[in-house]
Amino acid sequence: MPYIPHTQAERDHMLATVGVQSLDDLFADITADMRPQSFLASRGLPEQEVIALCEELANRNQSVLSFLGAGYYDHGIPAAVDALAGQSAFLTAYTPYQAECSQGTLQAIFEFQTAVARLMELDCANASLYDCGTALFEASTMCVRAARKRKIVLDEGVNPVWRNMLHTYAANLPMEFVLVPHRDGRPDKEALIAAIDKDTAGVVVQNPNFFGVVCDYADVFAAAKKVKAFSVVAVNPVLQAVLKTPGAMGADIAVAEGQSLGLPLNFGGPYLGLMACTKALIRQMPGRLVGRTHDKEGRTGYVLTLQAREQHIRRAKATSNICSNQNACALRSLIYLSLMGPQGLRDVAENSMEMAHYAARTLTAGIEGTQLLNEAPFGNEVALSLPVSADLVVQRCLAKHKVVPGYPVGRTYAGLDKVLLVACTEKNTIGQVGILLDAMQDVIADILQEEALHG
Amino acid sequence: MKMQTIFEKSVPGRRTTGLAPEPAQHRASDLVPGELTRSEAVRLPECSELDVVRHFTQLAKLNYSVDANFYPLGSCTMKYNPKVTEVVAAMPGFNKVHPLLARIGNGQGCQGSMHCLYVLERSLCAITGMEAFTLQPMAGANGEFTGVSIIAAYHRAKGRDRRIMLIPDAAHGTNPASAAMAGFTVVELPSRDGMVDPEAVKAAMEKYGENIAGLMMTCPNTLGLMEVHLREVAALLHSIDALVYYDGANMNAILGKMRVGDVGFDVVHLNLHKTFATPHGGGGPGAGPVGVCERLIPFLPSPRITRKADGSYEFLPDNPESIGHVGPFYGSFGVLLKALAYILRLGGEGLERVAEYAVLNANYLRAKLKDVLDEPYDRICMHEFVASAPAGLKALDIAKGLLELGFHAPTMYFPLLVHECLMPEPTETESMQTLDAFSDAVHAIVARAKEDPDYLAEAPRGLPVSRLDETEAARKMHLTEDM
Repeated sequence: MPYIPHTQAERDHMLATVGVQSLDDLFADITADMRPQSFLASRGLPEQEVIALCEELANRNQSVLSFLGAGYYDHGIPAAVDALAGQSAFLTAYTPYQAECSQGTLQAIFEFQTAVARLMELDCANASLYDCGTALFEASTMCVRAARKRKIVLDEGVNPVWRNMLHTYAANLPMEFVLVPHRDGRPDKEALIAAIDKDTAGVVVQNPNFFGVVCDYADVFAAAKKVKAFSVVAVNPVLQAVLKTPGAMGADIAVAEGQSLGLPLNFGGPYLGLMACTKALIRQMPGRLVGRTHDKEGRTGYVLTLQAREQHIRRAKATSNICSNQNACALRSLIYLSLMGPQGLRDVAENSMEMAHYAARTLTAGIEGTQLLNEAPFGNEVALSLPVSADLVVQRCLAKHKVVPGYPVGRTYAGLDKVLLVACTEKNTIGQVGILLDAMQDVIADILQEEALHG
Repeated sequence: MKMQTIFEKSVPGRRTTGLAPEPAQHRASDLVPGELTRSEAVRLPECSELDVVRHFTQLAKLNYSVDANFYPLGSCTMKYNPKVTEVVAAMPGFNKVHPLLARIGNGQGCQGSMHCLYVLERSLCAITGMEAFTLQPMAGANGEFTGVSIIAAYHRAKGRDRRIMLIPDAAHGTNPASAAMAGFTVVELPSRDGMVDPEAVKAAMEKYGENIAGLMMTCPNTLGLMEVHLREVAALLHSIDALVYYDGANMNAILGKMRVGDVGFDVVHLNLHKTFATPHGGGGPGAGPVGVCERLIPFLPSPRITRKADGSYEFLPDNPESIGHVGPFYGSFGVLLKALAYILRLGGEGLERVAEYAVLNANYLRAKLKDVLDEPYDRICMHEFVASAPAGLKALDIAKGLLELGFHAPTMYFPLLVHECLMPEPTETESMQTLDAFSDAVHAIVARAKEDPDYLAEAPRGLPVSRLDETEAARKMHLTEDM
């Protein structure tokens, strides 16, 4: 029996100690009429067969050259991240409720909180949330609770995946969202400011936004402050090494998808929600917080603190229902940031941005009828307007060249069927951008020819 | 020696060479206007690779973990996490795939991963007797939110506004918190003999009538007892078309012995990090798939996966009745893969053995501790049991005494209705010898404490720190190096 250590003699001794005849006697409370008619039919496999089967499935996924981003990026991961975060003393521990035997986890969370707060230039950070979408929801509820109002002004340039999640989570709560449309992929700051009024609890934007556009939202956040509303910005944590910070813009809460900080793309997770805020909002924060303190001998130590916000104490009145978080992912990101340091993270950010700018120049110069969607500054991702359907280009490039040129924006934004969102990281090379250009030139020529033939 | 933080170990100008690329030719301020850039460098640690390796290796040594210590935390199912599941989850063919690849064309780029999702969903259906599962929820509590949102959507689709969620007094705190997030008013049900009491359900129904949307139940419950009135309670709720929710925190006890879908539960969440052996990670990530009966399928989160006649997989278009997206994509795939590998390794028969030996271990430990701890429910338990510290002793002190002896403590002070509560859950992967050693430790601690009342007040000794000043932590709010 895999992973069950009992010998037959031990089992019999234990049954006798308990005072029953058989294992099934232990389940007498589950009466015959409640027993299953069927159960999982498959037989257990030896370890090597499990590995072989899964390897075969992994190989069924295609190996592609991908410029997909849209909030989730293929940055490099140093080998030391896997080696250190994979230590079983981290991986097979529980939530550090017994502080004396959990100082490793607790100190790591304290360091993580420090790193996230410094990245955002805000006062403090929590121990992680599930992902950026849930972090945005939690941030919105913080605004609603703290402001005692219910309206959230939401920029359409916030990742549509996360906006969808916001609506799911807020569906049964007294919150309303006012969506402010983008203008050719750029935030409409005047419209954002105009949408903020005395009923506004918070304003939610993203920088760079979904289209890659970099912006300073200080004036929007100042407008929110005037009506006692709070400001939330979702950022790209890698680019935060070089871009103006949430703190410097006057944001009250910053969130981010932490996947870029040492987590593999992994077909959708596990990911990592980062959240930082000003000191004034600490008690509104969801999730765990670690604080530094001392023992009786005066030694420094770390404990979970301010737990009166949490579900195991406050139950229905808690700031959130979150219990399990993304601790092992947070640890990975802390190790990643420690290995990178300020200069290393900056190098990753600038190389990624530089490659995206190179790709934008190469594709607009090399493909007739292709241009930037707008003239706004961008980071490591850029929206291009193609002469044909972006969805078709991406499909054809994958099928014919095993290249995924990016994300077809029309999938989530009406009227932008020809817009392609191209992301680069420091891993991409000039040679790869050349392959991308060739693939796109080829399929766009095919499509144009077909369109000419069929009118 | 004081364990410095990684920030305290930083040396200005030191770099880990060879990890990051060379500096770019353009600075950020060449690529975007200067006023959009950061004015000061991020104050991250400046360390060598060895500095970082040594730091996190030393930190790991300060933890207790399942791999190093017996970790009998009740309601957490701290079983052994098989290494083969880590091997599977680390396969590059899986973990380098971008989630949006599934949206390109017909998902031909990621059929292997989609196959895994499909097989896991079908396996969970066979294990629980539910009709369909969403794998999207990212933790148990996230699954609870998903489940109660489905209940809300069901009633809304029937054109009624039901606001009350019944929750037993012994429930985990996440239950009322999740219900509140989905807009419900929580009404607490008093338990009788440690069980949900059909009379209390009837009383609530008389008071709130058709305002009741559902009932959230954990089974076995948080006292480690099988709920014996399950069918009666489910029938009562169903008589007013209210739904019955199964919190799968304690599913480990009933694998193969009872399928919750067969006995009247309408919605269920599972904790893959408990029952299906994915590591707890020091607090996460987990995974909390949600299963439903047939009439609730339309409300499941989008997108749902399907297998086509030709054997390929695709994600279905969003259903208009769906509660929407609770996660960004299709679930925490890396965690789901580990659970799938575990299920493949054990098969149906192996899973049934899990329940049998988890329950045997709990009852054996209960029998061994009967003479030293007070056991409020003197009957066969399921995978865990509750006990009270003997008169004059505190559960907290016994817990700290156990830490001193190299054991992680059982869950303490939960459920609240048990006086000075300790709740051990040994799990099936522990040997008789480990349970004997734990029992000996509890006996020794209690005997010593009765002789020397101050002995436990100083515990734990010999760990990196002794008991920490929690009041100082809350008052000073020293949450980062800079606060």
